[in-house]
Amino acid sequence: MSAKTPSKLEKILSEGHLAVTSECGPPRGSNPQPIIDKAEMIKDHVDAINITDNQTSMTRMSSLAACIRLKLMGLEPVLQMVTRDRNRIALQSDILGAASFDINNILCLSGDHQSFGDNPKGQNVHDIDSMQLIQTVRLMRDEGKFLGGDDLDRPLEMFVGAAANPFADPFEIRVPRLAKKVAAGVEFIQTQCIYNLDKFEEWMKGVRERGLHEKCYILAGLTPMKSVGMARYMQKRVPGMDVPDEVIKRLQGVEKGKAAAEGIKMCVESIQRLKEVEGVAGFHIMAIEWEQKVPEIVEAAGLYPRPSVN
Amino acid sequence: MIVADKKPVEEIIEYLKNHTNILILGCNECVTVCEAGGQKEVQVLASALRMNAQKDGKDVNVDELTLERQCDHEYLEEIRDMIDQYDAVVSLACGVGVQFTAEKYPSTMIYPGVNTCFLGATEKRGLWTERCQGCGQCILATTGSICPVARCAKRLFNGPCGGSTAGKCEINPETECAWQLIVDRMKALDKLDQYENLCPIKDWSTDRAGGPRKVVREDVQQ
Repeated sequence: MSAKTPSKLEKILSEGHLAVTSECGPPRGSNPQPIIDKAEMIKDHVDAINITDNQTSMTRMSSLAACIRLKLMGLEPVLQMVTRDRNRIALQSDILGAASFDINNILCLSGDHQSFGDNPKGQNVHDIDSMQLIQTVRLMRDEGKFLGGDDLDRPLEMFVGAAANPFADPFEIRVPRLAKKVAAGVEFIQTQCIYNLDKFEEWMKGVRERGLHEKCYILAGLTPMKSVGMARYMQKRVPGMDVPDEVIKRLQGVEKGKAAAEGIKMCVESIQRLKEVEGVAGFHIMAIEWEQKVPEIVEAAGLYPRPSVN
Repeated sequence: MIVADKKPVEEIIEYLKNHTNILILGCNECVTVCEAGGQKEVQVLASALRMNAQKDGKDVNVDELTLERQCDHEYLEEIRDMIDQYDAVVSLACGVGVQFTAEKYPSTMIYPGVNTCFLGATEKRGLWTERCQGCGQCILATTGSICPVARCAKRLFNGPCGGSTAGKCEINPETECAWQLIVDRMKALDKLDQYENLCPIKDWSTDRAGGPRKVVREDVQQ
């Protein structure tokens, strides 16, 4: 696949390098410093940085504003956009705002339900869904048109991504769902956090059987476990998350105070194993409020230094 | 049918605190089936209001009546000769009935006696669940006759989100995942291949987004 946009992430993938992305959650306030500090910690070890869009429906600084902060630092943001909070007018408008700052990557999501966040009594929008957001961005980029049919005065140059969760149910629909996203125009995928590697590999087998890995780049999602408590929480409380008992047992089996180090080690081992899986084009390392560990993981996984592209 | 739920009696008592001659007006249609606003519920509410008035030492008259429907002129006309006796009516019909009664009798205060909830079905006595949001452009032909607009918490048109777990919705383990139901049914119909057809962006102008709606049928108008 050759690069179609100025996205650095797309160039790295199209040149056949294993890409590395990470994410930063914007602050719950108006101080931009936390996003700058987080980005400084990881910028030399990743190719692009996702900025989450009010993740888990907790109200935060807007993903677009935080992406602009990264852009001002000369970094490569991936703008996450959920369809929960904006209708098609607001989505297109924010996409244009991002494009005006030459933000060249977008991740199209439906978003966590608002009942998980700080405004459970709020309305949700869902005017369009994540597949239709993918189609919208492709329309604005490839045909230079608004959904309403009018022409854009300057088309977008955005590399279009989406999420995939190989672990959610019904499992049999998970490869077809990716096929549908590919048909909608998705170009890269960042997956849900992978702890059940066997199941991920089974999903990838289905992906390869349909040749989908040749139509989009698949970045395997990883989140290092900080503690046994976190692993238990993810297993029991986070919908669509598949944390096998062995993961918890392994964290329990180390000396007190060493669980976090074991979590990092497990994350690195997962990357090593997944590097061998045909169709895995890179890694999306989501170290939740633990960004300082990203460089260590990237280096230990043999993914450093990052390639430079023109 | 339109499913409603009872309002707390304290809320109704608060509405009525300055009224002394009250009609509790039930409806014999949907709200009777969902046991929120039929003759039986009219009796129960009227008794509660009388007891409350007695407790407070107030002289309050509470009458009871249940109409066949409150969403048709024909039945609402039945109270024309008596409505002026009352300084307040509590309608136990859905929000349609409350408003239609109010439109017909502009000088009488009409209070809602139920919370109108959704278009749904009786799964069993005491359990009513939503099936339709009246979006005005039915897509059930493409979704295995199961509606993602009404039954998916994110009204997703193109498949289950990443939170679908063991057939349940991410927002509540007691809520079925609409897309699990759709997939199961399409599989049973041997039509699962249709899942991969992309559902086009919906025209919401026939939904509430387009403002108050009407259906005009000149062919049946007199």
